Amino acid sequence: MVEIHPSEITSEHVYLSRRSFLKSAGALASGSLLLAACGAGAATALSSAGEAMQPESSASTDELGDPVNSYTDITQFNNFYEFTTDKTTVVARVGNFRTSPWQVEVGGLVHTPKVYDIDDLAGFEQEERVYRLRCVEGWSMVIPWNGFPLARLLEDVEPMGDAKYVRFETLYDPDQMPGQKSPWYAWPYVEGLRIDEAMHELTLMATGLYGKNLPAQNGAPIRLVVPWKYGFKSIKSIVKIDLVSEQPTSLWMAASPNEYGFYANVNPEVPHPRWSQAKERRIGEISRRDTLLFNGYADEVASLYPDMSPSIFF
Amino acid sequence: MKRLRRIGIQLLTHTAALTPMGLLLFDWYQNDLTANPIRAATLRTGKTALVLLTITLAITPLNTLFGFKQLIPVRKWLGIYAACYVALHFFIFIGIDYGFDFALLKDALFNKRFALVGLASGLLLIPLVITSTRGWQRRLGKNWKRLHRSIYLGALLATVHYTWLVKSDIRVPLVYMTIVVLLLVLRIPQIRTAGSRFQQKLSRCGVSVRARWNKQRRSNVSETSD
Repeated sequence: MVEIHPSEITSEHVYLSRRSFLKSAGALASGSLLLAACGAGAATALSSAGEAMQPESSASTDELGDPVNSYTDITQFNNFYEFTTDKTTVVARVGNFRTSPWQVEVGGLVHTPKVYDIDDLAGFEQEERVYRLRCVEGWSMVIPWNGFPLARLLEDVEPMGDAKYVRFETLYDPDQMPGQKSPWYAWPYVEGLRIDEAMHELTLMATGLYGKNLPAQNGAPIRLVVPWKYGFKSIKSIVKIDLVSEQPTSLWMAASPNEYGFYANVNPEVPHPRWSQAKERRIGEISRRDTLLFNGYADEVASLYPDMSPSIFF
Repeated sequence: MKRLRRIGIQLLTHTAALTPMGLLLFDWYQNDLTANPIRAATLRTGKTALVLLTITLAITPLNTLFGFKQLIPVRKWLGIYAACYVALHFFIFIGIDYGFDFALLKDALFNKRFALVGLASGLLLIPLVITSTRGWQRRLGKNWKRLHRSIYLGALLATVHYTWLVKSDIRVPLVYMTIVVLLLVLRIPQIRTAGSRFQQKLSRCGVSVRARWNKQRRSNVSETSD
């Protein structure tokens, strides 16, 4: 392992000021989009600034040998409807989002309910996990996350015997998250896992990517990452985790019950009315590649689903 | 003067219709077409085609209702440009995005209703482009108009395609659909006659106002010349 001197590490302060520069550059770019011709120029300036700050991840590929996506792609192409439905401008709209102070309340059917400060959560042993993220919209990325298994957190609060599901909730604050003013969705964002899915070693609570604090547009300060499920299951900016006895209804299940089920496991055989699930475009590639059962994590998770009924993939 | 204005409108139409193509090429060249450029190009060409189709449909009601005739000579071109963007949209989706993978395309057609109506909408435009010349217009006579009414269905299906394509929030597609339906409703003979009668009344009003204004101006001129 390469030794890194503290002096080599960009201090959080400098890093943050650089980020706020990028944010204002982003705001500038989106403003100039009104003048379409200039907008393209400003946006280019933004993306080249983004490339300049491309950080190194300790792993350059996933376990299948596919390269990790660039920091720029990961942080400038985001589905985060709490800010906007436009994937490319989320980054320009997160300027007012405060991720500190931040608390995560863990309760419900547990013996020792707790409220964690975001700094407490840094106390769980952090590790890097390189995961494929497969969006239900038919695109995918390889992302080097930093975080800790959700199982460590759940063990800490001691679930009761009748806790069958875990319910997650995103912050609800329309002033900071203007997309939540849209009456179209039943805010706040809610997601859920079966308890055995939640306790699985692959299920990660991510607090960073590329070795840096999680950027707001990627779900800061803490998000879920469930790599064998479609991306929308990996809820962002979590404030509440409850252990419950009944299957929770997620925001997407409520919005389009015929399109989004509770399990949403990646499966090329289960079609979706809009997007091809048989194939996907890896961001950065031209032709589509085959989508893998359970997003390539079948060896690890197929045993969770002994009867492979389609409802488990829906 | 009139001739100059006609040329101006022609020039403006071609420039406006080609601008989205220029911007697309520019952004592609600048590597600024999002992290998923193929998807972005598909959406942009589709949106441009829909906007052009909607404008094409607006030109006739603008004339019958408001007497705005100036755009009628460029209506044909706007339709042709719309069809060109549709062709590009199809090429990007079939050729680049799906890489001519016919199994995947078959799945799209049978499992994805948005793709089916999109294809139908696009195919409807082909005979219209082919018969857009004066020669075909002469050869088909009365039938030319009948044939070209299929643009109504084509535009309507395009808005259905858009509505089925978006994830959950269908407000913007519904705005397009409402505009297209409105533009079609304005073609119903009874509504059109009512509209043109209203327009005549309006223009008579306008004429009288203008006449009074001119009279006043003339008297002002005579006052100053005194």
